[in-house]
Amino acid sequence: MAVQVHVTSVIQKAVDGQRQVAADGNTVGEVIANLESRYPGFRATVMDDSGQLHRFVNIYLNDEDIRYLQGSDTALSDGDQVSILPALAGG
Amino acid sequence: MLFRSVLEMVGDTPLVELVGFSPNPAVHIYAKLEGQNPTGSVKDRIAKFMIDAAEREGRLHPGQTILEPTSGNTGIALALIGSLRGYPVKVVIPDAVTAERVEILRAFGAEVIFSPGPLGTNGSVAMAREVAAAHPDWFMPFQYENIENPRAHYETTAPEIIADLPEIDVFVAGLGTGGTLTGVGRRLKEYNPAIKVVSAAPHPGDLVQGLRSLEEGYIPPVLDESVLDGRIVVDSRTSFRLTKELTTRAGIFAGISSGAAVRAAQVAAGRMESGHIVCLLADGGWKYLSSGLWTQDYDVIEEDVNTKFWW
Repeated sequence: MAVQVHVTSVIQKAVDGQRQVAADGNTVGEVIANLESRYPGFRATVMDDSGQLHRFVNIYLNDEDIRYLQGSDTALSDGDQVSILPALAGG
Repeated sequence: MLFRSVLEMVGDTPLVELVGFSPNPAVHIYAKLEGQNPTGSVKDRIAKFMIDAAEREGRLHPGQTILEPTSGNTGIALALIGSLRGYPVKVVIPDAVTAERVEILRAFGAEVIFSPGPLGTNGSVAMAREVAAAHPDWFMPFQYENIENPRAHYETTAPEIIADLPEIDVFVAGLGTGGTLTGVGRRLKEYNPAIKVVSAAPHPGDLVQGLRSLEEGYIPPVLDESVLDGRIVVDSRTSFRLTKELTTRAGIFAGISSGAAVRAAQVAAGRMESGHIVCLLADGGWKYLSSGLWTQDYDVIEEDVNTKFWW
């Protein structure tokens, strides 16, 4: 599946400063692996060695947090938008 | 209605149906109008609980200075209470907020300390901690860790919703400190475990470029993520559009995070067969007039939008 991955803030640095990169994969985990193969070190910016997302990182499929879908196993369709964003507080 | 103080007017906010906002005619969306509180936001509830508890427990003494990191609303609510009860109030706020927030803080007598805008509220938290360490005699309620924050919602907001709409199926609110979602969510799930709690999160866009590492990210300890059943991210363009629609189609003048909450409610409604969704609109629109959102096209104001914090 071909998807667009939007990144912001510090995560941009892991993909040579781009705001958006095209990636392939049937699941969110495969997309991260695909990006890791092209941008070594990318995976470590978003998850730990066991595949657990870093606490301060939220990954959204279109507009929904994948933690409430199937996590890294969340299936993707062609044209999906994946956003990797830092957690923010308000108040 | 006769009140002896504006602080007695906190809470008991109206719940109004948003007719025509649900993508599914069998799902009804209702808005809880927190802009009706005395300083115009939901934060009056937590400020009152945090200060009352500190006074009761002897942690806050007459004349003691109150310090708090805030993106605006909590600081404004604390400034009101401080002005009525004789506590000087100092707030740490990102310098990338609307001028109205700073003006209202000063109107209620608060001293404003600016933290670097690119670090957002995360930067305000860090700076307030430094200031607090240098002034151990000051009292910092610290909404991000203070259990009175979710407790205010557990004790007041949630029971009001249950009384007004016993058939509620889904509760939606914006994610700021997480106090609203945690407090309301816990109480609603005790009332009916089938109730779902969904948060609306702001898309940071090009903001927070100042974060040097993800470790500068911040998840408030008061947020109990186990209460959440979903999180919907909403970009600024969509938040602004729905905030405007609230005014033009429902007659509700609300702040930017309210547009995001309504958007998340619409997403939730699209996934239900039928039911009732309560969406909490955290504040009124007054503090956002300078954005131009009600009078200009988004494309015209977009650049300004992307340089400010909206909730």
